[in-house]
Amino acid sequence: MNGTSSSGTSPTRHRSRLSRLAERADRPIFFAFGLVGLLTLGVILFFVIREALPIFQYVSLHEFLGPRWYPTSEPPAFGALPMIVASLVVTFGALVLSIPLGFAAAGFVAEVAPPALRDLAKSLLELLAAIPSVVYGFFGLTVLAPFVQRAFGLPTGQNAFTASVILGFMALPTVASLAEDALAAVPKTHREASLALGASRWETTWRVVFPSAASGLFSAAVLGMGRAVGETMAVLMVAGNSPALTWSFLRPVRTLTAGIALEMAEAPQGGAHYHALFMLGAILLLIALATNGLAEWLSGRVARRGE
Amino acid sequence: MKSHRSTCVRRVTEIVAFSLLGAAMLVGLLALGVILYYILSRGSGAISWEFLTAFPRKGMTAGGIYPALVGSFYLTVGALAVALPLALGAAIFLVEYAREGVWVRAIRVGVNTLAGVPSIVFGLLGLALFVKALGIGVSLLAGALTLGILILPLLIRTTEEALRSVPRSFREGGLALGATRWRTIRSIVLPAGLPGILTGIVLSLSRAIGETAPIMFTAAAFFTPRLPRSPLDEVMALPYHVFVMATESPNAWKTQDLQYGAVLVLVGLVLILNLGAILLRAYSRRRKVW
Repeated sequence: MNGTSSSGTSPTRHRSRLSRLAERADRPIFFAFGLVGLLTLGVILFFVIREALPIFQYVSLHEFLGPRWYPTSEPPAFGALPMIVASLVVTFGALVLSIPLGFAAAGFVAEVAPPALRDLAKSLLELLAAIPSVVYGFFGLTVLAPFVQRAFGLPTGQNAFTASVILGFMALPTVASLAEDALAAVPKTHREASLALGASRWETTWRVVFPSAASGLFSAAVLGMGRAVGETMAVLMVAGNSPALTWSFLRPVRTLTAGIALEMAEAPQGGAHYHALFMLGAILLLIALATNGLAEWLSGRVARRGE
Repeated sequence: MKSHRSTCVRRVTEIVAFSLLGAAMLVGLLALGVILYYILSRGSGAISWEFLTAFPRKGMTAGGIYPALVGSFYLTVGALAVALPLALGAAIFLVEYAREGVWVRAIRVGVNTLAGVPSIVFGLLGLALFVKALGIGVSLLAGALTLGILILPLLIRTTEEALRSVPRSFREGGLALGATRWRTIRSIVLPAGLPGILTGIVLSLSRAIGETAPIMFTAAAFFTPRLPRSPLDEVMALPYHVFVMATESPNAWKTQDLQYGAVLVLVGLVLILNLGAILLRAYSRRRKVW
């Protein structure tokens, strides 16, 4: 096997056939590996859309965007509007919490905290991001929902408000760490120029650093939004799962993600309900593509400006 | 010309503003503290050797979480086995072979977008592709494949970062000795980047072990009377176990102790893995000779 090997003194003289192939054809082989991310994305798009489109054999697009979702009644109704609205409402609530908190925390880490505290704070934020969503859901269900129920005197604490609060804290590390990256990327010379003109550190932070990082901050907010829209388990456990259309924060709601998770087990494979749930997934996928595309475009703008 | 009073006001404004920024950070940390405190204080009573090594009994109102632990272990390791070779190859391409251009830009956007795809959509893919189209059925294998695809972008990014941190001079040294490009990568770059790669692996395991949505339709079972015997068996998994115990069990309030216990074990595993990643990072930073 290794008779042709020229590396007699090398500790790795047993070169496998694969390795020898890699030495001659390394570039095309690794190019193929490089494509794996794009390929996966393509496969996801293909399969989700393929399973989603047949729903239009049962209902029109207009009906699918209608206000009634009764997938198991006779005749069934597949209006996804209540879930689209619920996802919007819950995501909006989560952003109201996570954007100010996240930006402020990022400002603290990037502009105020001494280096030792900075590393600690970043590690702890990473831990907050590492906690599984089912654990957030469990905490929301057993601790936060009963509290919200008592505080507002509601029939149930499982509603859009509770879901927003939990989601807000889940999106917080995403928003904070991306916002911190954006603030840290502002050139030091900007700060020095501002301070030299007599501005205080806060005035520099507020009037110079934050505006300079605007694109990056916006992109952090957009990616935080993507995170909140796509979150499943926590919302499933605390949002209450009522499929009725409502804009109220204090009513139980069912989001797009929760709808899929809740109903897929009972939807007969290949039936209208099954395809309708895949269409909800296709909507989520479109939202993910849009938010990531927007964030990508924003960061591209920053990169070009920096040149 | 600003008056003396205005200077004073500006100073106070600065102190108040910076305190508010610090308070925001504190709110986030407080949330982490409260969650961990609740889980630890309520769950620690349920943890025992029996809880970790026994099957659930009496319709899941007593007993332990052993099959869920084993199932999660198989799923997580399986996911890594799927994702690691692909991620290594992709990262090697991006760092060692690619030149900045349209392809690299497209690949990078693809990986970033993949990272932003909601986990439930991965579940849908797993159902449509592995369970149905490939006919694998609801099984350990389908779940591991789905989770593997889910952690792929994270693993590519962390591996890429690890390889990028290996100095250029290492590669030049290898090439100057007459080694081929691949030989240089295999014998010099990969060993030098190993601690960083391991950090990425540990973080990916931590991500995979906590994910519920992707395995709901592809692998997870409410209850199995025995451990999986083949990759085509359905499995119990710890996060799914927590979910069903808390929401779908008819007497969820009776099993609160068991639920907190299961949550504590899950959080404990995730925290240990993350702590491991932090230590690995610190170790490689200290050991770095370049």
